[in-house]
Amino acid sequence: EDKEEDESKEEDNGSQQNRASRRKNQQRKTRDGKKAREEGSQKKNKGKTASTKDQKESENKEKKTTKRGKEGENKQKKDRKSSTSSASSNSSDEESLSEEELAMLKEQVEQKKKLISTMRNKPWRMVKKLSVLREAQDFVEKFEGALGKGKGKKLYAYKMMMAKKWVKFKRDFENFKTQCIPWEMKIKEVESHFGSSVASYFIFLRWMYGVNLVLFGLIFGLVIIPEVLMGMPYGSMPRKTVPRAEQATAMDFSVLWDFEGYIKYSALFYGYYNNQRTIGWLKYRLPMAYFMVGISVFGYSLMVVIRSMARNANESTADGDDDNFIFSWKMFTSWDYLIGNPETADNKFASITTSFKESIVDEQESNKDENIHLRRFLRVLANVLIICCLCGSGYLIYFVVKRSQTFSKMQNVGWYERNEVEIVMSLLGMFCPPLFETIAALENYHPRIGLKWQLGRIFALFLGNLYTFLLALMDDVNEKLAEEDVVKNITHWTLLGHHNSSAGNDSTVTPPPLDPADVPRGPCWETTVGIEFVRLTVSDILVTYITILVGDFIRACFVRFVNYCWCWDLEAGFPSYAEFDISGNVLGLIFNQGMIWMGSFYAPGLVGINVLRLLTSMYFQCWAVMSSNVPHERVFKASKSNNFYMGLLLLILFLSLLPVAYTIMSLPPSFDCGPFSGKKRMYDVIQETIELDFPLFVAKIFSYVANPGLIIPAILLMVLAIYYLNAVSEAYQRANAELKKKMQMQREEEKSKRNNKASTNPMLQDLEDLLTPSTKTESTLKQAEDKKIESPNGTSPVRKPGRGEVLDGSPMAGGRGAAFTPPSRVFVTQPWTLGVRAPYPGQPGPWGHPLGPVPGRGRGQPCY
Amino acid sequence: QDCTFFTRKEILRLHGRYHEMAPNVVPMDYTKDPDVKLPMQLIINMPELKENPFKERIVESFSEDGEGSLSFNDFVDMFSVLSEMAPRELKAIYAFKIYDFNTDNFICKADLEKTLNKLTREELTAEEITLVCEKVIEEADMDGDGKLGYADFENMISKAPDFL
Repeated sequence: EDKEEDESKEEDNGSQQNRASRRKNQQRKTRDGKKAREEGSQKKNKGKTASTKDQKESENKEKKTTKRGKEGENKQKKDRKSSTSSASSNSSDEESLSEEELAMLKEQVEQKKKLISTMRNKPWRMVKKLSVLREAQDFVEKFEGALGKGKGKKLYAYKMMMAKKWVKFKRDFENFKTQCIPWEMKIKEVESHFGSSVASYFIFLRWMYGVNLVLFGLIFGLVIIPEVLMGMPYGSMPRKTVPRAEQATAMDFSVLWDFEGYIKYSALFYGYYNNQRTIGWLKYRLPMAYFMVGISVFGYSLMVVIRSMARNANESTADGDDDNFIFSWKMFTSWDYLIGNPETADNKFASITTSFKESIVDEQESNKDENIHLRRFLRVLANVLIICCLCGSGYLIYFVVKRSQTFSKMQNVGWYERNEVEIVMSLLGMFCPPLFETIAALENYHPRIGLKWQLGRIFALFLGNLYTFLLALMDDVNEKLAEEDVVKNITHWTLLGHHNSSAGNDSTVTPPPLDPADVPRGPCWETTVGIEFVRLTVSDILVTYITILVGDFIRACFVRFVNYCWCWDLEAGFPSYAEFDISGNVLGLIFNQGMIWMGSFYAPGLVGINVLRLLTSMYFQCWAVMSSNVPHERVFKASKSNNFYMGLLLLILFLSLLPVAYTIMSLPPSFDCGPFSGKKRMYDVIQETIELDFPLFVAKIFSYVANPGLIIPAILLMVLAIYYLNAVSEAYQRANAELKKKMQMQREEEKSKRNNKASTNPMLQDLEDLLTPSTKTESTLKQAEDKKIESPNGTSPVRKPGRGEVLDGSPMAGGRGAAFTPPSRVFVTQPWTLGVRAPYPGQPGPWGHPLGPVPGRGRGQPCY
Repeated sequence: QDCTFFTRKEILRLHGRYHEMAPNVVPMDYTKDPDVKLPMQLIINMPELKENPFKERIVESFSEDGEGSLSFNDFVDMFSVLSEMAPRELKAIYAFKIYDFNTDNFICKADLEKTLNKLTREELTAEEITLVCEKVIEEADMDGDGKLGYADFENMISKAPDFL
């Protein structure tokens, strides 16, 4: 900055001309603006356009200055000099300074400050930085006092400090937040060893755990706890008491294990709840709450699934277009420079290798071509085989369920007969997926697509299982309903008889209480269904864990330790270690969740069991994976969004909604158990609430809204809206694709342009500057040129000489001003055309051989 | 202090670390501006750099004589650039220097191979390595000269999501 130069020269003429200073100011401003632009351009790295603009501007300036003539320039220079020096020396009589000068000075100081604050961003050597900094600081110190903004400075410093603190706090908070994400480290560890596909399962598991926690909170907070705290205690009424006949064995473990006995008559199941409209001193409307919670479990799940799907879709489109530099990014940005722990470093190496392998697999897969006909045939064959399997397993389940119904009518059947359904289903779940996998090997898909097929097939298997199971259950329920009618009559008559007899004796005396355990009761089909679901879930948990323990851990131990004394290599040969079965695990999870959704209406405690299950399986499976599994042979990258999982989950949520909705809407609830007993349908509870607890007009409104005449148009409207939105999104998609294409084109164009013109940019200059301290001179002289054009001045003749002189080794580079100039001013004038660079012969780029242009200057670094 | 992204305290702490590495060489007070340098061997054994596959390159890039000896100024400079506060542009410049193994101001195929081997501890096969290197060049090379100049590098890395 030439101000310093001026300032250093003590020259004081007090005369100040407003006109001149105004002009100066103007010039200053334009220069500032230019500077800002320059900086922007520096950042954007588009040296070309910016520099042409700058050139234009500087040309303008030149014109102006030439018009004014040498004389005027000198004068102006002098004026400026005077103003600055007066500010420095005559700081005591500040009032004599005009406002404008003050403003100018302020600007100067600001500029210096800016330089100081951006200093750290300059890739200079420390030595240079230090010297430049010292100068700048001196300047600021000198003038800040003059401007009398010491106070402001303090405030400013305080503000800056607070801003810094705030940034730091935010960062810490981010760190804290990531630390709060449960199991993040565990999952990352798994990911680094097994690839993102395995990790995607665990992420999914974690997500599921979160959802279940919310459901658990809903059900426990709004249904179970109020019932336990405020409801009638155990034994007060028939539905809350174990029947007399079962009481002897009600505490036996085998009975409890089947969720009979005391467990059956607890708050975990539907039948325990009373149909009292309000309970406790809070007048808590339990049946209503039960109903609403049952609905909101589904509502919340639907909402969450769809929202996360939408978010995933957003994410996947958001960074979908940036896949131009997959390998480059992996190469240059994958190492985490914060790693200092050898173990983490190991993990990181493993994960980098895995990720490279993933990408390589993708790459290889994308340019593979083979015999299409053979593969097509194989794929069809595989599908046929798999459909056969599916049908077979479906039939098997149906058969078993039917048989179990006959078993259930017989007395004293064995353990196997009682648990036949569960055993068969678990066995199917265990053996079918591997079978599918072997068949899928015929198809030779890319592993990611293969995984999806596999998932779809196993899903179909489970779905078949689930639905046959449900159908059988429905048969069961219908039977129970028929049975219930009979029992109802009996109970009615019993109670009636009881009443009659007591009324006959003495009408004032209350009837002798019939022990609740003795009251004949209906089969309570809801509880039966609930028990069925709970049993299925528990057996599923057990089978999963035992499979992991035996199939993975024991096998791994066996392979590991028996290998020392075996006749062939166990690790490489037949048994080897197990791979982590992603598809099976994911589907197990999804299927299990479907059970929970279906069963939670009839067994509120089921969600609690599921939360426990997910929690333990998180730890257990993480451990099992790390301890006894080996990574897949072809590690592949999971698609970024696990929307496929979510889609399956949504499907099963919908499917599990159906039976529950059906039972709520069209089956009569049991007459003597559950919160809805005594009503014709379960949803009557809403009508009851509306009629009794709300003012009349609400009921009226409700009846209007429920009118089919309103509902059908509403549905129509929704359909139309869906159609419209779909059309819009399609249009957007097309526009998106178009844009992407355009961008690609642009890239190509840019490429070819660059081929023709090796353009430079300011950053290059900085780099060059860094590479050898000697090249500093170059930028300096450019600066000198700059200055010459911008504000030709007579005060520092040393600066005037052009490039040629400096090349000759003019001493000017050592001058104070050289080191002093802020780099942002360096690149103002010339667009670096080839012509300018001509003096450096044989240079591929502007900074090809930094030592070349100015040999002998600087320290002469051998390495460069 | 204004030259770096550190506060006074942090710089003092850095000096402490620097001093610690060679207590007999490095003086405690720097008021006299002594010309002291530490050899690379000491620097790369710092826990911060120990596990880094590019530790030699990092130290070399920041040393003034290019051989890996760091004066205290260089040392502070290094940590300043590697600190969280440093802007991406600055980091990109140094990253380019770091990955440019043979210091010819281009990242050529040999550099890429070296980088890759360091990153994966030579666990990839030769053909995988050549595949990856070719892909990298193909992706990032804008001017088609078969190697990455700084412009290419900067262009590529400025779009990288993980690069901070």
